[in-house]
Amino acid sequence: MINLFKYSAPSTFYPLAGKLVPIFWTLAAILGAIGLYISFFVAPTDAQQGQGYRIIFIHVPASWMSMFIYCIMAFWSLLGLTFNTRLSGMMTSALAPTGALFAFLSLWTGALWGKPMWGAWWVWDARLTSELILFFLYIGFIALQAAIDDPRRADRAGALLSLVGVVNVPIIYFSVKWWNTLHQGASVSLTKSPSMASTMLWGMLVMALAFWAYTIAVALMRARTIMLEREGNTEWVHHLPDVKEAA
Amino acid sequence: MQWQSISDFFAMGGYGLYVWGSFGVCAVTMIAEPLLANHRRKQALKDIRNNYLL
Repeated sequence: MINLFKYSAPSTFYPLAGKLVPIFWTLAAILGAIGLYISFFVAPTDAQQGQGYRIIFIHVPASWMSMFIYCIMAFWSLLGLTFNTRLSGMMTSALAPTGALFAFLSLWTGALWGKPMWGAWWVWDARLTSELILFFLYIGFIALQAAIDDPRRADRAGALLSLVGVVNVPIIYFSVKWWNTLHQGASVSLTKSPSMASTMLWGMLVMALAFWAYTIAVALMRARTIMLEREGNTEWVHHLPDVKEAA
Repeated sequence: MQWQSISDFFAMGGYGLYVWGSFGVCAVTMIAEPLLANHRRKQALKDIRNNYLL
């Protein structure tokens, strides 16, 4: 616990994050390469959807990430409101654009999958609509923070929005059970023949891990920049090797 | 291996537009985001230099 609190100060977190960023970029590249290989060369052709089903290997991981990232933002927000730490708000802000990107990719790949399989780019179905709301929540969070000049107040307002909005995540997840939707249920892809199910599942899991590594890398990178932007007037920032190099 | 040739691979059994439209946009945005993040970092470092160190 003492260690965790030590790293909750931007001055100690900044160099730690700087060491982690290249590690997670490397992981993302390796896992991404393996994931793409499985997606296109290991996973067999689907009996019903032919090659079109391969969109699953980015659609599902992107959708998972869009929900995970929102939950992590809500977690940091709760921490920030409870302990009033600067790092929490910085992490929440650093995650939001990546969450918005994955929500967008989920909708985009979903539209490109829906058109050939359902005959429609978009339907006002419970799963699709709740995911669209998630995308708007991310955009709303970013816009709200941008509209408030004082970063600490922007953090508190953003924290409230992300905590209220997190109720949407279980709605997305269970939407296919609670309502009659056109979107397939969560288990459909796993009930096909076992060999098929395992390569598909592995492809999705490896791609999801690649997206995780990507998210950690880009969010830590952005968190470091936010620290520079907000604490540019402090001594510890002026003594950073990065700042001295730039000067 | 289910591909007979390169063109077969790009055709994706007739789903080329949808599959490559998905993977393509995914690749472009996931390359653009870190580049934008890096640009923002450089800008922040420049601002600190101009405002506090000069």
